[in-house]
Amino acid sequence: MNLAAEVHQASGVAGAAWLLLVLPAAGAAVLLLGGRRTDKWGHLLGSATVIAAFVYGVLLFFDTTGQGTEDRLRDLHLFDWIPVNALDVEFGLRLDPLSVTFVLLITGVGSLIHIYSIGYMSHELRDRRRFFAYLNLFVAAMLLLVLGNSFVTLYFGWEGVGLASYLLIGWYQGKDFAATAAKKAFLMNRVGDVGLALAIFLMFKNIGSTQYDVVFDKIGQQSTGVIVAIGVLLLLGACGKSGQFPLQAWLPDAMAGPTPVSALIHAATMVTAGVYLIARSSPLYSLAQAGDARLVVMIIGAITLLLGCIIGCAYDDFKKVLAYSTVSQIGYMILAVGLGPAGYALGILHLLTHGFFKAGLFLGAGSVMHGMNDEGDIRRLGGLARKMPITFITWTLGYLALIGFPFLSGYFSKDAIIEAALAEGGTRGWIFGGIALLGAGLTAFYMTRLLILVFLGKPRWENLKSADGRSYHPHESGPTMTIPMIILAVGSVAAGGVLSGMLPEWLEPAVGKLQEEHGPLSATVVSVLTVVISALGAGIAFLLFGRGEQPVTRPQRVSFPVRAARADLYGNHLNEALISRPGVWLTRFLVFVDNRGVDGLVNGIAAGLGGSSGRLRRLQTGFVRSYALSMLGGSILVIAALLMVRFA
Amino acid sequence: MSAMLLAQEAATHVTTGEAVAFWILGPLALAGGLGMIFARNAVHSALFLVLTMLSLGVIYLVQQAPFLGFVQIIVYTGAIMMLFLFVLMLVGRDSSDSVVEVLRGQRLWATVLGIGLAVLIVAAVSRALSSVKSLDLAGENANGGKGNVANIGRALFSDWVFPFELTSALLIVAAVGAMVLGYVDRHLRGRRTQKELVEARFRGEYERPSPLPGPGVFATSNSVATPALLPDGSVAEESLSRLIDATASEKLDEERKAVAGTLPGPDSRALAPGKSDPGKGDLG
Amino acid sequence: MTPTYYLLLSALLFTIGAVGVLVRRNAIVVFMCVELMLNAVNLSLVTFARINGQLSGQIMAFFVMVVAAAEVVVGLAIIMSIFRTRRTASVDDSNLLKY
Repeated sequence: MNLAAEVHQASGVAGAAWLLLVLPAAGAAVLLLGGRRTDKWGHLLGSATVIAAFVYGVLLFFDTTGQGTEDRLRDLHLFDWIPVNALDVEFGLRLDPLSVTFVLLITGVGSLIHIYSIGYMSHELRDRRRFFAYLNLFVAAMLLLVLGNSFVTLYFGWEGVGLASYLLIGWYQGKDFAATAAKKAFLMNRVGDVGLALAIFLMFKNIGSTQYDVVFDKIGQQSTGVIVAIGVLLLLGACGKSGQFPLQAWLPDAMAGPTPVSALIHAATMVTAGVYLIARSSPLYSLAQAGDARLVVMIIGAITLLLGCIIGCAYDDFKKVLAYSTVSQIGYMILAVGLGPAGYALGILHLLTHGFFKAGLFLGAGSVMHGMNDEGDIRRLGGLARKMPITFITWTLGYLALIGFPFLSGYFSKDAIIEAALAEGGTRGWIFGGIALLGAGLTAFYMTRLLILVFLGKPRWENLKSADGRSYHPHESGPTMTIPMIILAVGSVAAGGVLSGMLPEWLEPAVGKLQEEHGPLSATVVSVLTVVISALGAGIAFLLFGRGEQPVTRPQRVSFPVRAARADLYGNHLNEALISRPGVWLTRFLVFVDNRGVDGLVNGIAAGLGGSSGRLRRLQTGFVRSYALSMLGGSILVIAALLMVRFA
Repeated sequence: MSAMLLAQEAATHVTTGEAVAFWILGPLALAGGLGMIFARNAVHSALFLVLTMLSLGVIYLVQQAPFLGFVQIIVYTGAIMMLFLFVLMLVGRDSSDSVVEVLRGQRLWATVLGIGLAVLIVAAVSRALSSVKSLDLAGENANGGKGNVANIGRALFSDWVFPFELTSALLIVAAVGAMVLGYVDRHLRGRRTQKELVEARFRGEYERPSPLPGPGVFATSNSVATPALLPDGSVAEESLSRLIDATASEKLDEERKAVAGTLPGPDSRALAPGKSDPGKGDLG
Repeated sequence: MTPTYYLLLSALLFTIGAVGVLVRRNAIVVFMCVELMLNAVNLSLVTFARINGQLSGQIMAFFVMVVAAAEVVVGLAIIMSIFRTRRTASVDDSNLLKY
């Protein structure tokens, strides 16, 4: 195994890595336990802990780069967590380029979004403290997820972010749709979590440990069946958390939460945990025996990226379009990590750049909604560019980065993925590469539609009133909101160019060397092709939506593809038909079996005993002479038995 | 050979007189037992049992147990069976069993099991004890020495003194228990005491607070059949006993007429000095 | 003629008593049947005393008589008590304690 590099014990600056977990966790604890007393300064404390964690993350980053390439894989043992006979789980941290990268992303974007939330949540002063407590909880759990050095620790963080996500999606718990969305997210995540848990069980059963180093050391000796099973089960976990087909339906609904939550959890960090999981398990997926598992990963990624794009074209809800955009971009990442050694670094690269521009896009959306009485229907917006110049500019930069405008972030990361997919070779390469290319065009189309409908064109909101009867007075948001947007916009522009060169090399100790393969088309051709297709998509969008009046309400007489896309390509129906209803039937059947079968058996025995007892008790006639008769009979039997023993 | 003969001789140790007594008394005892269970009348049953017990008492005497024989006759037949008869009379001697058996199969099974029991025991006894050697009670500590009664007494108050004392406790408990079971507290059954009755009368729970007027036993008459007279000379109906009224009604009519003055006579004059106004008569 | 005959007589009397307990309904007669059974046992004891040449059997018979006397006293008191409340001496009528 090329990755069986030595794992060193962390010391020095890295020895204090537990601070990363403790800081936000302590913030959450103080805010939750402190109650109303912390109302006044709670948001500041919440932001401060995350910023402190970010500062430490930066220190850790430089500490890691200070090590030689060979020494960058470090473990920090904290304590023995579950020392039970054969199962010995230690609570330790894995400090390597991959986790440090994620630490920077989580704490960096997290800090910005904490600052942004101070402004965004200023309408809800009463509960803002609790909101920050949940955000801190999320950051702590997410850091645990990426820092843990065993699958069990990862699972702990995995469930922790699930909890935080549930709490934050259901933030507006008074509203039905938010409560329902929270439950839906929680339940669909459970499906994936079961897969992850089963994968961990398989590891423990076959390898005897869940520590990364042990598992990856010995995974190569397992049979192909076990490897593929673990790979597919891990993928199921990743699908649940990252909103991949067939478990993608919860992610758009999760937009019911406040926008900073959508930006942080459901765009930049948590939903990329699936990508992290697969990249982290790269020693497993890189095995030759895991080819089938990787193929499944790629198929899932390809399906999802296409599905997200198509649905994104049809939606009219600002945040939901972005959500489906997230779904499809994560599809790209999954596709990338499914490519194996040729794609891990690319997937992570796209994850980082996506973290920047998608967070920026969401924050822009939040800024728009903040200024527009929480109006999220893009058909009721329009012409906001002049009212919100900063938002418009930062959002447009993010938009350009996303559609892969040359030399912005997306250009480097997405093109690289498309190129790597084509380089897979043969029919497979053409199919996955073609889907990725098509996705790029669709992405450009729906993002351009969004841009036109929200920021350009006529201000359709002028003659409308919001649902609560107020008229719209769009205004630019305050500095706590715009500054994070500006920072993220800068990141969107620059991150790709900066990172694309160094990241593969940087990640090499963690995910292996990036194996560049050259497909049928040269890199330049692929770049040009991608840009052309993206431009084509954007151009079509301009032609369709840039001219003339756009209806304020959604047109109902539309073609079948649009209807299907509006219905999430029947994703919910599919889930319901495939899982819900059979589940209900199974449950009913089991209830029937329980009621009639099990209960019937138990009740039958009871009834049989009761009935026979009811008849037997008739022997108790109350007539003394009957009893005396039985006594005499018994005595005769006893005497006869005695005599038989004595004389026989 | 000789041992068998010896055993035979010992087994047939019984004298002819005893055999004759057994063959008379045994059937009598059996007949008494059968008569007891077949007699419809309970008193007859008791008398049949007396017959059996007397027979058994004589058999005890024959079997070298004079003390038990007399105890059987005196205590059992004399005392216990009399107690039975006494209770029978209390309960009602006419309560003979009906012929109809209410429990299905009871008689049949009782007979079958009874015969089975008899067969089993008879078989066992005859098989186990057919050649047993009887030692007889001639020993110093049995009927020899100071005799049966003295030896039993000594054994009872020495070897058997603890069981003997236990039986005395048992008898006391039985006597107390019989008293507890037989005692009836009338007060607990709702009978009122005299004090409660008086209070109830004055509360108006009865028709009148005072006792009924006594009969008119005055100077003219000493019969309780004579009715009392009210101050106006009329008869107090309440003073008349229904029982006496029923037995001597004609006689009483005359008495009434005499008291009312409708039958002139010297005695009634004294009771009613003024013909015109008997109400002012001095009744003293 | 051997002393065994007394034992056979005792067995027959005991059986008669047992059958009497089963077939008679008047509680007092049932009681008398029990007495008959006790007497049969006494006959056995007396015979055993004779066969063994010891007085113990007679003493046991004496104790049986004492206990029988006590039993008769209590039993008759119970029968009286039942008769007072239920106006019957039939053992079949006292059948409340049943299913």
